Amino acid sequence: MLMKKAIMMNKDDNVATVLEGIKRGETIAVVSTDNKVIKNMEAGEEIAAGHKIAVDSISKEETVLKYGESIGTAADRIDKGMHVHVHNVRSKVKYGG
Amino acid sequence: MVVEGGKMHFNGYKREKGPAGIRNHVIVLPTIGCINELASEVASRVKEAIPLLHNHACIRLGPDLSRARRTLVGIGTNPNIHSVLLVGLGCESITAEELAEEILPYKQVEAVTIKKEGNYSSALEKGVAALREMVWEASEVKREKCDMDDLTVGIKCGGSGSVSAIASNPATGQAADILIENGGRVIFSETAELIGAEHVLAARAVNKTVRHKLLGCVDHMKRKIADYGVDIFGSEPTRGNIAGGLTTIEEKSLGAIIKGGSSPLVGVLEYGERPSSSGLYFMDGTTQASQLFLGMFAAGAQIQVFSFGGGLPARFRGLPSYPCGIPVFPVIKVLGNPGDVEEREYFDIYAGDIIGGKMSVKEVGKSIFDEFISVASGKMTITESRTGYQELLQIYADGLLM
Repeated sequence: MLMKKAIMMNKDDNVATVLEGIKRGETIAVVSTDNKVIKNMEAGEEIAAGHKIAVDSISKEETVLKYGESIGTAADRIDKGMHVHVHNVRSKVKYGG
Repeated sequence: MVVEGGKMHFNGYKREKGPAGIRNHVIVLPTIGCINELASEVASRVKEAIPLLHNHACIRLGPDLSRARRTLVGIGTNPNIHSVLLVGLGCESITAEELAEEILPYKQVEAVTIKKEGNYSSALEKGVAALREMVWEASEVKREKCDMDDLTVGIKCGGSGSVSAIASNPATGQAADILIENGGRVIFSETAELIGAEHVLAARAVNKTVRHKLLGCVDHMKRKIADYGVDIFGSEPTRGNIAGGLTTIEEKSLGAIIKGGSSPLVGVLEYGERPSSSGLYFMDGTTQASQLFLGMFAAGAQIQVFSFGGGLPARFRGLPSYPCGIPVFPVIKVLGNPGDVEEREYFDIYAGDIIGGKMSVKEVGKSIFDEFISVASGKMTITESRTGYQELLQIYADGLLM
């Protein structure tokens, strides 16, 4: 069976987007935007299609990178293979002042 | 597609002044919403005439009033319009006479007002007679070979999820790049969805003035949000976006700007302002589809692209006619999400095959560009082929309304 994929938008990213829903313990292929396999890894929990998986462990307060750019700060430590979303990431944007 | 001597063309309607149109409509344009009924009645009595009813009222102040004026003139002067019948009251903040004067250099325009005609029925009678003449004249105009630099395309994304940035937005951006290489103009917008990604787009600005203007739009939006004292989470990103996998406004914005392609940013426009030359433009405007499409149309765009993500779990299904506020402005709808494939029949282009690796961004991008030429040459879009539902045009306002 073909492994399900997660796409990493930039080589510096610490998250990848899961293209099909994955289950805890499932091994997936992390691919680049030109569909080359970067590595295989295990999902630490169930993650829905279109959602992000941590491709490396991310420390609390560390910048979450996608497209090689900041998409926010980790609100907690996020282990490799875990779901990265609104429960553990905060926007860095400051309004006013 | 017409290719001659290596140069691409489309078959459009040449105009006396300004770029060629891709449609040849005769419209009835009310000066203000208070007169919508008369405009609708006049149009209903003449075959093929289209009433463009809208929400302008004398409640607008300063910049919003200027924006409404620019929008009404922009609707009347858009290349897709053959001629215009203005219908007015006589007491409104933007008069039919003022609008007629600004539209006249571009095309045939007539104005009827209740004040001048004395009453509703006289205005109706005079309007119908004038409109009939316009429709006859429009019916005699033929399509001719036109240069690609006549074409302006507006781009918006909707129903964004994480896959938007992988399929529909990059494919749309690719089509934008090809159009610009061929001399065309592309406008994209949604100021709130630059927040967190403004530095990426600013780095592509052709000069300091454009860069400052772009960053100024974002700063202004951020200050307004701060003044409001609310958290935009839940609106940017929306609940649907979040269900589709988007976590923060930064992530949404970084994915959203991909729809504009990779060309240098040559200018920043006001809502409804016309671009002055070829290339990629950013319009300072809203994320609300109907209001933004109107701003694009008023800026002279002849085609609009709507790049749809459709968050998988959110299942934000594209309604068949959504959004179809402007029947004189063809919308090419692009669907990027394999999870929404059931709705494919409501879309002109399916980009979901990029996700599975069956098609490349380049291939789908080229098919979107080819669709620009087909639609510009007369092919109906899916939304155009549906009738019976039309929204009131919404002119954007961002200030105090009385």
